[in-house]
Amino acid sequence: MAVRRLHPDQPHDFSFTPENLAWANETIAKYPPGKQASAIIPLLWRAQEQSNGWLPEPALRYVADMLDVAYIRAYEVATFYTMFQLSPVGAKAHVQVCGTTPCQLRGAEGLIEVCKRRISEHPHTLSEDGQFSWEEVECLGVCANAPMVQIFKDTYEDLTPESLDKILGAFARGSAPKSGSQIGRKTSEPEGAPTSLVDPELYDGSTVGSWRARFPELRDGAPAGDAPASDKSEG
Amino acid sequence: MLLEDKDRIFRNIYGLHDSGLKGALKRGSWDGTKFFIDKGHDWIIHEVKTSGLRGRGGAGFPTGLKWSFMPKADPRPSYLVINADESEPGSCKDREIMRNDPHLLIEGALLAAFAMRAHTCYIYIRGEFIRERERLQRAVDEAYAAKLIGKNNVHGWDFDLYLAHGAGAYICGEETALLESLEGRKGQPRLKPPFPANVGLYGAPTTINNVESIAVVPDILRRGGNWFAALGLPNNTGTKLFQISGHVNRPCVVEEEMGIPLRQLIDEHCGGVRGGWNNLMAVIPGGSSMPLIPADLCETLTMDFDSLTKLKSGMGTAAIIVLDKSADVVKAIARIAYFYKHESCGQCTPCREGTGWMWRVLERMARGEAEKSEIDKLFDVSKQIEGHTICALGDAAAWPVQGLIRHFRPEIEARIDAYQAAHKEAAQ
Repeated sequence: MAVRRLHPDQPHDFSFTPENLAWANETIAKYPPGKQASAIIPLLWRAQEQSNGWLPEPALRYVADMLDVAYIRAYEVATFYTMFQLSPVGAKAHVQVCGTTPCQLRGAEGLIEVCKRRISEHPHTLSEDGQFSWEEVECLGVCANAPMVQIFKDTYEDLTPESLDKILGAFARGSAPKSGSQIGRKTSEPEGAPTSLVDPELYDGSTVGSWRARFPELRDGAPAGDAPASDKSEG
Repeated sequence: MLLEDKDRIFRNIYGLHDSGLKGALKRGSWDGTKFFIDKGHDWIIHEVKTSGLRGRGGAGFPTGLKWSFMPKADPRPSYLVINADESEPGSCKDREIMRNDPHLLIEGALLAAFAMRAHTCYIYIRGEFIRERERLQRAVDEAYAAKLIGKNNVHGWDFDLYLAHGAGAYICGEETALLESLEGRKGQPRLKPPFPANVGLYGAPTTINNVESIAVVPDILRRGGNWFAALGLPNNTGTKLFQISGHVNRPCVVEEEMGIPLRQLIDEHCGGVRGGWNNLMAVIPGGSSMPLIPADLCETLTMDFDSLTKLKSGMGTAAIIVLDKSADVVKAIARIAYFYKHESCGQCTPCREGTGWMWRVLERMARGEAEKSEIDKLFDVSKQIEGHTICALGDAAAWPVQGLIRHFRPEIEARIDAYQAAHKEAAQ
């Protein structure tokens, strides 16, 4: 467990923008009637996005009122789930460095040093210009591309201290660096020559439907009839 | 022999091709779906049972059997919940399925939901997977637009699929914690029984399956349970997405047959262990919760549920973390202990207090700043946590510590000796 508390300085009030309010109502409708509390995480998340990346206390009460749940329920959720930032984060970048073992083995500690040097000695502390902050997080599920960081919605993978330094430099200049692997490989394929998925027949549509031979009732070309007709010719 | 390309289920796992509906159709998705639905609920469950598919989320429970636990005539709605809260350190496969092969998952969700007489499915995605969620939502929207799912769809089984998400809590991968989270609360696991098949989401019958378990279903139905069962080993059938991280030359995610020798997997897909096979120290074979296996046992190891259980470890999610001889094994396990300390939900005392205690002791042991008698004490405390908590997080925290002590006690002792020798000198 991590001890997480609300920030001492809080704004006075909070309400969704009209767009976010419409979105919130759509989200609530995904759940059965009377189960609107299910929408609490997505709504708090949207409130955090609207509040420059952190979740102020009035937003907790606003969302709790909207979903008709007790305030304490919203407080519990906000303090339990660690992606809810309870204090202000950097406007240009809040760097989440994965520090768990698979990343640690491939050099995450070096990335943390970069954050300490460039941003601030301690996590969850704004840089001097107020534009950056960082924290060490637990496994982000990108282990085959370790080490990595997540900045807002994007991940930056296969990092070295030097490439992270460059990425943070790009954020500082206000540009958007390329996300994903920083060594040029596509997603989690092995670097270099592919070791699988090289048979062109998988992709030219020639094997589609070969399974039908297994069923006598389909052998005479009787349609199994469901895939969208317009696309069938291409398959 | 490596798995042949024609037997691969995840044909776009690296995202090299179109992940949208058009691309998925060309790779054979959504072909015959109505035919299988017309064959009936029991036919689908039977075919999945024949395939021998065991759950891909870590526990390896037979999927078809799990589905058959759902009540057949119940006035309450039934729910399918797909666990996409991929957070076990080392695991990174569901992410690739959701962003690169999303239609396998969506078609599988429809077929699985139909088999269990569910009209509603929630996919619970970990909060950090924001881009993955966007990609999957795009595919869901395409499927709705093409009337493949939704009310009055072309398959004749009304089916709504919604994406839900968490906000950073490993414990929500535990199925009952996931349900709590989905209902809008802290993710603290529920006592079982009642099991979710009887009292699950909103008190209704619910089955929770891993992303990969669901995504392989359409191919199992098309090619046949027997095709899947012929791959791999008896009781450990089919193909599996392996995820290899740590000290290999080319870390990657790759689909292979169950039971592939570990060494072949690493040598042929990952370019070998960094510095060569003889530089291997240990592997963590199934995600961070599985006890490590030292190099001398890795030579002949095959990657399947049964042979890893025999070594007092486990297949877990098939996330293999490789440590070469340069790794600090005590520190690596101490970091895993910190992870479990951080992720304990705090509900059960042995886990809430014990995970922190184990971490603090291991941090000292990594520096050698401990007594040798503490090694046995640490092992004993881990045994007090294991099996004494509501969910398996307590076990998951205890096992890696036990694995370390079982295989690397001399290493811990050597550090303690070195530390004490250094401090004796300093004192003189």
